[in-house]
Amino acid sequence: MASQTTTRIRITRERSSRSLRRQGGLGERFIELAIRAVALVSIASILLILLFVGKEALPLITSGEVHREVTLGSMFAPIQTANDMAYVWQPVSETPKYNVLPLIVGSLKVTLVALVFAVPLSVGAAVYVSEYAGPRAREIVKPAIELLAGIPSVVVGFFALIVLASWVQKVFTTEHRLNSLVAGLGLSFAICPIVFSVSEDALRAVPRSYREAALAMGSTRAQTVLKVVLPAAAPGIAAAIVLGFGRAIGETMIVVIASGNAALLDFSLDRSARTITATIAQELGEVVVGSPHYSVLFALGAMLFLATFVVNFFGERIVHGMRRRLGTVS
Amino acid sequence: MRSVLPLVLAALTLFACTRTDSSSSPAPASSGSASAPPTPEKTTLTVKGSDTMVILGQRWAEAYMNGNPGAQIQVTGGGSGTGIAALINGTTDICEASRPMSDKEKADAQEKRGAPAIETKVALDALAVYVNQKNPIQEISIPALRKIYLGETKGWKEVGGPDHAVVLYGRENNSGTYGYFKEHVLEKKDFATSVQTLAGTSAVVSAVKGDPNGIGYGGIAYLEGIRALKVKKDDSSPAIAATMQTAQDGTYPIARFLYFYTAGEPTGIARRFIDWVKSPEGQKVIEQVGYYPLPKG
Repeated sequence: MASQTTTRIRITRERSSRSLRRQGGLGERFIELAIRAVALVSIASILLILLFVGKEALPLITSGEVHREVTLGSMFAPIQTANDMAYVWQPVSETPKYNVLPLIVGSLKVTLVALVFAVPLSVGAAVYVSEYAGPRAREIVKPAIELLAGIPSVVVGFFALIVLASWVQKVFTTEHRLNSLVAGLGLSFAICPIVFSVSEDALRAVPRSYREAALAMGSTRAQTVLKVVLPAAAPGIAAAIVLGFGRAIGETMIVVIASGNAALLDFSLDRSARTITATIAQELGEVVVGSPHYSVLFALGAMLFLATFVVNFFGERIVHGMRRRLGTVS
Repeated sequence: MRSVLPLVLAALTLFACTRTDSSSSPAPASSGSASAPPTPEKTTLTVKGSDTMVILGQRWAEAYMNGNPGAQIQVTGGGSGTGIAALINGTTDICEASRPMSDKEKADAQEKRGAPAIETKVALDALAVYVNQKNPIQEISIPALRKIYLGETKGWKEVGGPDHAVVLYGRENNSGTYGYFKEHVLEKKDFATSVQTLAGTSAVVSAVKGDPNGIGYGGIAYLEGIRALKVKKDDSSPAIAATMQTAQDGTYPIARFLYFYTAGEPTGIARRFIDWVKSPEGQKVIEQVGYYPLPKG
């Protein structure tokens, strides 16, 4: 059914663009050019941002002055502190310490918590909407979940700070009120909509004939979903998780507010976490332009950019691969 | 005819875009003078910096603008480091700071602005050590406080409190309060990594308010729903509560000045505003906010 709709849309689109070209007035050509320019501008701005971030991070590799404080290698090596060798992020100090491992651990910790909560919920909701819900329920549930994406992240963060934090402390009796669990829970609100949408698309892209065949063989509805539809849509659901990961690791506001921001190399969930994004947000306002600290923050930004870029790239490729395999290329 | 309509629409959209661009760009210097009667002199002033001082700055600005219609003063926070960076980069007229500028920052300002950074002391603050209302501890010495924030003290029991771990709250490192605390309490050593850094003193206050084991630090004016400990200079000296008198005569060990910085001697509206802030009228505002006026003389 989904494939029929897309084909119909494609046909309409082709017909309309052909008729536009046939008219071929000067105005039409101008508009076509203008729209193309707008599209190019958005691509160009992404490239320019990448260039800018790279350029500002470059002194970390090239500048001798920066190397006296920090090198790309020393960002990952343990640092001599008062008592022992440790992985410490302490950029404002007599001897600045730029070890990024606590930040990477912080980002991954919070992101994984968010995925653990968001994935079962979102995929479950997607299965319900695409396989079980009637058209009426679907029309309510689907926009409601997608509306979550419209909540400003600062509001979600505030909610996590005031409500979730107290609740988590009461239920799990954690020592620290703000911790990775609270931040991860808050973050899961932010990624639910994207995981849901992509999973639901993936499930709906499974051709109707698969389900009909399964039912005709005598499977129950649950068997059809678990043994036929979900396996067929698995790459799409994997992509949904990957895209959710990309969204979560780049989210800033929620974690700044709710995580406590202590840069600990610590894997426990009841301790605070300082993410890469929160570090950039909190420290970039104050650094002297061109200083080692400045370059390190941009290097962190570049790392984040590359990570999300790679993750999103593979996410999209998986989706496309699956669509092609199921014969529902859009 | 049909092909012209989208063209007109596109043109209108472009026009609308350029219009919003020009009106939304923050240009306090020109936007104020457009509606006000033409004056030869600049009547807008931007003040930026310390989060400790942002409320104080806003009250000052309101009171000054009430008495001087036509003057436009914008006050924003962000932290002393942010304000000083803005002063160096020339994006603010006055920088509010809760710590003195470092020599390096002064050199940067001289180099980029072509004028020395001029310091004006405008108020006095007692840096308070916050604890939760439920915490039975009444006083703390500076060395004990240092050990707590260096992470060497694990439990409240070690300083005479209940048998609970100490949960540390602090400010992010662009804060003047962070810098002051690090210099005067920690003797420039690094904060423990377990300090949870929060954006703004009010965030620290609300965290301590909700955490019976929490400890925080910040301006005395933010004291609400939490308690400030009496502070001892060292283990043998008397415990001093933060009051106007102990801050002004210097017996409270962690009292500090709050500063205005300008690039070069202030002129025009900046000069008048700063003079007014230091006048009895301006100093009265300080007490309403909860900080202390400068000692007389």
